[in-house]
Amino acid sequence: MIARILAVLKARNIEFVRDRASMVWAIVVPFVLVFGLGIIFSGGDSSQFTVAVLDDAEAVAAHVHPYYATRFVEFVPVKNSAEAIKKVGRHQFDLLFEREPVARYWVNPESPTGYLAERLLLQTDPTAVREAVTGEAVRYVDWLVPGILGMNMMFACLFGVGYVVVRYRKNGFLKRLRATPLSAFEFITAQALSRLILVLAVQTFVFFGVKVFLDISMEGSYLALLVVALLGCSALIALALVIAARINSEEIAAGVLNVCTFPMMLLSGVFFSLEAAPQWLQGLANLLPLTQILAAARAIMIDGAGFAGVWPHLAALVVMTAVFLAVGAALFRWRFI
Amino acid sequence: MAAAAAIIEARNLVMRYPSVVAVDDVSLAIAQGECFGLLGPNGAGKTTTIEILEGILVPTSGTTLFRGQALGKEFHAEAGIQFQSTALQDFLTVRETIELFRQLYNRLPSIDSVVAECALGELLDRDARKISGGQRQRLLLAIALINDPTVIFLDEPTTGLDPQSRRNFWDLVDTIKKRNKTIIMTTHYMEEAYVLCDRIAIMDHGKIIAEGAPDQLLKHHYEDVILQLPQADFPPALADLEHKVLANQQLVEIATTDVNATILRLTEQRVPLNHLRIRPRNLEDLFLELTGRELRT
Repeated sequence: MIARILAVLKARNIEFVRDRASMVWAIVVPFVLVFGLGIIFSGGDSSQFTVAVLDDAEAVAAHVHPYYATRFVEFVPVKNSAEAIKKVGRHQFDLLFEREPVARYWVNPESPTGYLAERLLLQTDPTAVREAVTGEAVRYVDWLVPGILGMNMMFACLFGVGYVVVRYRKNGFLKRLRATPLSAFEFITAQALSRLILVLAVQTFVFFGVKVFLDISMEGSYLALLVVALLGCSALIALALVIAARINSEEIAAGVLNVCTFPMMLLSGVFFSLEAAPQWLQGLANLLPLTQILAAARAIMIDGAGFAGVWPHLAALVVMTAVFLAVGAALFRWRFI
Repeated sequence: MAAAAAIIEARNLVMRYPSVVAVDDVSLAIAQGECFGLLGPNGAGKTTTIEILEGILVPTSGTTLFRGQALGKEFHAEAGIQFQSTALQDFLTVRETIELFRQLYNRLPSIDSVVAECALGELLDRDARKISGGQRQRLLLAIALINDPTVIFLDEPTTGLDPQSRRNFWDLVDTIKKRNKTIIMTTHYMEEAYVLCDRIAIMDHGKIIAEGAPDQLLKHHYEDVILQLPQADFPPALADLEHKVLANQQLVEIATTDVNATILRLTEQRVPLNHLRIRPRNLEDLFLELTGRELRT
């Protein structure tokens, strides 16, 4: 079994390496995306004030506290004060406000937008008690780079596996393999491993390139980040195998893959945080593998989290991989019908 | 043929699609070392039948047995298959393509023997996508032989090849036959079937309509031979002779069981015999007679 998997894996890798156009595309595009977006957004932090509030969403209303009537301030209800204070320190929130038992707020004196948010609060409630928080600002580019890398990983896995399997089925190569002792499991494993090796290699290359040139934040363990990338790729490849299990046409495959990638691009927090989004939308986003990948990667890269801090995300990715693989293997069809 | 001697046996195969019955109660028994040909017009059910025998398609009903057992792992290990059309992995050389398939079976220590048998030695480092049609068919045959199979399936293996490549392929198949391999093939070429096959079955509309050794079938269906004359030399006075005009070739074909008597009549009518040709009935005659002359799509 191992020999057959290795044979298909080797052939697929040779095919990829010799297909110069695909290889250049796979390596150059992520670089261009990360550098391009990184440079575009490196100087422009979000201009809207974001204030975390230790209150229920329903309580964030003008009649409850006059501060809540302030225009152009986004109030984000939070439950975990320790986590929110940490984000204030890193400039991810401009200010944290607690209404009861006494009006209190946390602000980073080094944050310009924190200063303005504080002035607005004191205009409406001069009695509010100040708590100073220290910490280094998280640049938008530090927050954005994991999103771009994750998005690129998503495209590379979904299209790289989904499209190729559909092409093999359409041109009859799968049918030829079906006539050998190669099992569906062995074929799928070889395809998945080939793409996993390739995507991890490209992502590592791009990550270190970006790290050197944009000096992005990396507070946590590289090993933990590698595990996130490994499990994230596995979940995305497994999802691709579900999509490619029966489709015969490259056009339909492209449509279905787009239907899968767009929600992840919009809902998984690639370009902007969903912290202020409704709970139901956040719940929906949590079902997407990219959401789990980005949450774990940002926790490691920005907040310095270790395995203990990201294990729920890792567990979610393992479960998603297992479910997608089981469904993909059950639905898989060799031949063009 | 006795079922006990069969290495491959099909019993009452039926393959029903929503709009058509592609295979309609087909039973076959193929002996070890036999070269068996499935003939038929387009859409007759040849490829569907051979793919059921290969274990690629699951029939609506009926069974296929290999050495008396249902098709399983043992069969897949001992079967070599050349499909009618097959894409190979892109960007691999001929050597890498054959190696890929060798490693899926791991029965031969190296690719050397099949490379020599299929005359691929000079092509080993060529891109498998950039070889000629005949070379590609030899490569596909090499892949079909890479597990040293007991049974080899060839689905229209010479379609689209030039006469030299086709004859070269026949020589290859002949070499394989001499190694006591069982070959099951489909073809549109009657000459190919006649040269290669020990036994043939003619299919039409999903059914087998004739089966046997080519010479036996011809003997069974025909006692006559064909005399061919230029159409211009054929006098109206001989219109009572059973004949057929091949207008596009400007020939007249006279079917006769008594060549001497027919030639006597021709000489009596002073028909010039310089261009007279006598040919025996062939498989193409039988095929057209059994399946009709209308165009199939």
